[in-house]
Amino acid sequence: MDIYLDHAASTPVDPRVIEVMMPYFNQIYGNASGLHRQARASARALDQARQTVADILNCTPGEIVFTACGTESDNIAIRGVAWAQKLAGKGNHIITTPIEHHAVGHTIDQLCDRFGFEQTVVPVDRYGLVDPADVAAAIRPDTILISVMYANNEVGTVLPIAEIGALARERGIPFHTDAVQAAGYEPLDVQALQVDLLAVSGHKIYAPKGVGILYVRRGTPLLPPLTGGSHENNRRPGTENVPYIVGIARALELVQAEREEENRRLAALRDRLIRGVLETIPDSQLTGHPTRRLPNNASFVFAHCEADAILMHLDIAGIQAASGSACTTGMPEPSHVLTAMGLPHELALGALRLSLGRQNTEADIDRVLEILPDIIQKVRAAGP
Amino acid sequence: MTQRVVVAMSGGVDSSVAAALLVEQGYEVIGLMLRLWAEPGGAANRCCTPDAVVDARRVAAALGIPFYVRDYKQVFKETVVDFFIDGYARGITPNPCIICNRDIRFDRLLKEALSLGADFMATGHYARIRQDRQGRYHLLKGLDAGKDQSYVLYTMTQERLAKILLPLGDYTKSDIRRIAAEKNLPVFNRPDSQDLCFLGNGDYREFLRRHAAQVVQPGPIVNRAGETLGQHQGLAFYTIGQRKGLGVTAPVPLYVLEKDVAANRLIVGTKEELGRDELTVQAVSYIAGAPPPPQTAVTVKIRYKARPIEAVLTPLPGARAHLRLDTPARDITPGQSAVFYQGEELLGGGIIE
Repeated sequence: MDIYLDHAASTPVDPRVIEVMMPYFNQIYGNASGLHRQARASARALDQARQTVADILNCTPGEIVFTACGTESDNIAIRGVAWAQKLAGKGNHIITTPIEHHAVGHTIDQLCDRFGFEQTVVPVDRYGLVDPADVAAAIRPDTILISVMYANNEVGTVLPIAEIGALARERGIPFHTDAVQAAGYEPLDVQALQVDLLAVSGHKIYAPKGVGILYVRRGTPLLPPLTGGSHENNRRPGTENVPYIVGIARALELVQAEREEENRRLAALRDRLIRGVLETIPDSQLTGHPTRRLPNNASFVFAHCEADAILMHLDIAGIQAASGSACTTGMPEPSHVLTAMGLPHELALGALRLSLGRQNTEADIDRVLEILPDIIQKVRAAGP
Repeated sequence: MTQRVVVAMSGGVDSSVAAALLVEQGYEVIGLMLRLWAEPGGAANRCCTPDAVVDARRVAAALGIPFYVRDYKQVFKETVVDFFIDGYARGITPNPCIICNRDIRFDRLLKEALSLGADFMATGHYARIRQDRQGRYHLLKGLDAGKDQSYVLYTMTQERLAKILLPLGDYTKSDIRRIAAEKNLPVFNRPDSQDLCFLGNGDYREFLRRHAAQVVQPGPIVNRAGETLGQHQGLAFYTIGQRKGLGVTAPVPLYVLEKDVAANRLIVGTKEELGRDELTVQAVSYIAGAPPPPQTAVTVKIRYKARPIEAVLTPLPGARAHLRLDTPARDITPGQSAVFYQGEELLGGGIIE
């Protein structure tokens, strides 16, 4: 029996998504920039996909940029705005948080370490929440970009994006949010959120790997980091990946349409899982906010445990999970997210993230609750 | 019911074939690879370079077995590397591979394997385990005399042997290469290296300069009479029995006899002064779990690659033992392990005092 509980790392592609993608591999394959019938057919699919995404985000199609992944979306947003603002002489100060995905954190670090930008990293509390007042207090006359993630990938905490958006708007500072984890579960109305840039990844929302979305509000200064043709409104050159763009638009449409009902179902499973773990496993602790969290995220730390050992035991028992960000597994260092939330080093090393998805059932949760206490006990017994 | 085996994999041909043989024998096999410490900023530990991890993962995928890389950097540093540095600091020439097998592979890793529900743990060592009618385990040399690795396993106990499988013991290295080819295993035969895995590309002298500067201080070279003959570059850079590279001119060839750590003196002498026909060992362990009777005839290897010497073994109290060699040996080196055999069978061993 195989139980997949790593949907925050990647999801299976929805068959309904595969279905709409299929014609665009070998039936409609023209380069959308062309003039002929094949090209028009591709362009039409692209236009439709862009409209679909724009409707969900409550923006215009011209504000939607299709990219190759969430990381690329974040890079275009952050580098693009930072350089454009610097060239315009607006300043070089960026505000961010210590719990961003590396796609954001390492990008800003590089701008600061190698290209003369400066950053203020506002603190998070023990749940991973940012206080908008801290963001407001960090704003300087030379602040040119604020980047705060919508929901955290490791602990699932949902951050107060709309409040930060409001204060960024008030001061005229471009506001970027990495919505890669949130896109499948939270509303994406960019007017309500008051964001200027928003990044989405396909494979977290039952679309394939290799496609992403970036929303760029009209008027946002952005110097495209990639140069080439005039695709994507001059913001992301490269021949449009039509089948994948059709796929991500359909996937976003489906997850957003089914969101409320699926969120209720997932949250019930999540809460059953959290309760069960905390009740049956001594020295266990929930990480992230108890209520302001993604409906599919149950993350924990276990004292006197090494994360990889837990994962190995789970995998052998047929349960696939992660310790935190899939991008950092294999490193002995504790997660930067848990560290920023103030968890002691020793505790942070024993992290487990169970992220639920569409195919998970109550039986899956029961199975986890049946075997996890024993696994934690074994890992503790064999430990250093 | 299918028995479960955890195989310690390295990406090399030996452990890969070990895993393949166990799959063929019907075990449920799980591959584990250890990530071990190397100096920060330098090359990765030779056991587990990124290429080696890829090789092992490809072998596991070809065999259809799960594969995990486990981070043992910290325990390896604290146990094996610090033992190596401390040994040199005390003027001896330690063999960290013995400690790695005793305290990492056949202790920590074995415990982890058993905690995963494994019935056995297997490695790609060339040595054989036999169980007699009374149920006692015996450790024998590998069938391939040229590849025999029983020496590094002398700290094994009855309890551990009951949980260990050594699938390669009955094969020669050329058999193993042939099997790998027959099974189409994607293994890449990395050359055997005599260097220690954690030194990366550097040599141990440079490593010691960085980690134990006190043992690489120059000092006098003296003879048994106490006359100064020259200057050494640091005691750690010399081995017992060494003749070349002393930088001393004398009418007869001189050899390193001893290291006087307290006075940082390197004591040299003639060939006649060098040979010894007895030695004592400490931290002795016996495969049988108990010492043999006094005056037991054995053959002894005083280094991993040493020629076996006929000897008489007399166990002493306090996990020590005395060995009288039939022919004097020139390179009896404190810190190295002396391992005792009777024919094919390994009886035990200890660290030379």
